[in-house]
Amino acid sequence: MTQETQVRVSKKFLYVNRKAPYGTIYALESLEVVLIGAAFEQDVSLAFVGDGVYQLTKGQDTKGLEMKNFSPTFRALEDYDVTKLYVEKEALEARGLLEADLVVPVEVVSAQRMAEIMEAQDVILSF
Amino acid sequence: MKFGILVNEGPYTHEASDTAYQFVKAALAKGHEIYRVFFYHDGVNNGTRLTVPPQDERNVVKRWSDLAAQHKLDLVVCIAAAQRRGLMDAAEAKRNGKDADNIAPGFRISGLGQLIEAGIQADRLVVFGG
Repeated sequence: MTQETQVRVSKKFLYVNRKAPYGTIYALESLEVVLIGAAFEQDVSLAFVGDGVYQLTKGQDTKGLEMKNFSPTFRALEDYDVTKLYVEKEALEARGLLEADLVVPVEVVSAQRMAEIMEAQDVILSF
Repeated sequence: MKFGILVNEGPYTHEASDTAYQFVKAALAKGHEIYRVFFYHDGVNNGTRLTVPPQDERNVVKRWSDLAAQHKLDLVVCIAAAQRRGLMDAAEAKRNGKDADNIAPGFRISGLGQLIEAGIQADRLVVFGG
């Protein structure tokens, strides 16, 4: 870890979240990468597209699934200096969701703008 | 060019590991460098030496091991994802009180920091599967 944190190059990392939170493990394990990655002091952004927008919805109740509700973790991202969360406008609309339905403040952007955000990155991790 | 590789799916169910393998082989043949191959999600299952595929099928795990030996590749299995899925080396088996380990030759178990580091150090990080 010491050796790793000595890496001082700063790159723009974008984590693209494409999947609903509990049907598969991708969303949870993506968040684990974000949390570990935060220690590397890179320029980090998160994107939520497609069913990935469901990861951020309020009122998730996972008791019946016997899985951990990890949506509160998104509220802790600010403490890790991860504050750039982009949500695809078309994805919200297609699912009847509003910005007010989400657990954290986000920037809602068009699919077109999302493409530009992706274009500006050095590293894109897509889950 | 220096490539980092992320494999997010296990062997056989998905083609991701095959495609990653072909990509790595082609990149090496063209004189590129592979900084690291990181296995995440079910991708950690590419690192179990206990797979016994039918003889007339490709052996996904052995292919990775052979390529690693040939080119000194750094094949890293995510520890957190590996623990969930029962993939461990001797040290992890001992630490967790398990009676066996199953990691294949050429693979090592380490943390997610190795993935981030690959993203930083490589010119391109290429993601397969997920």
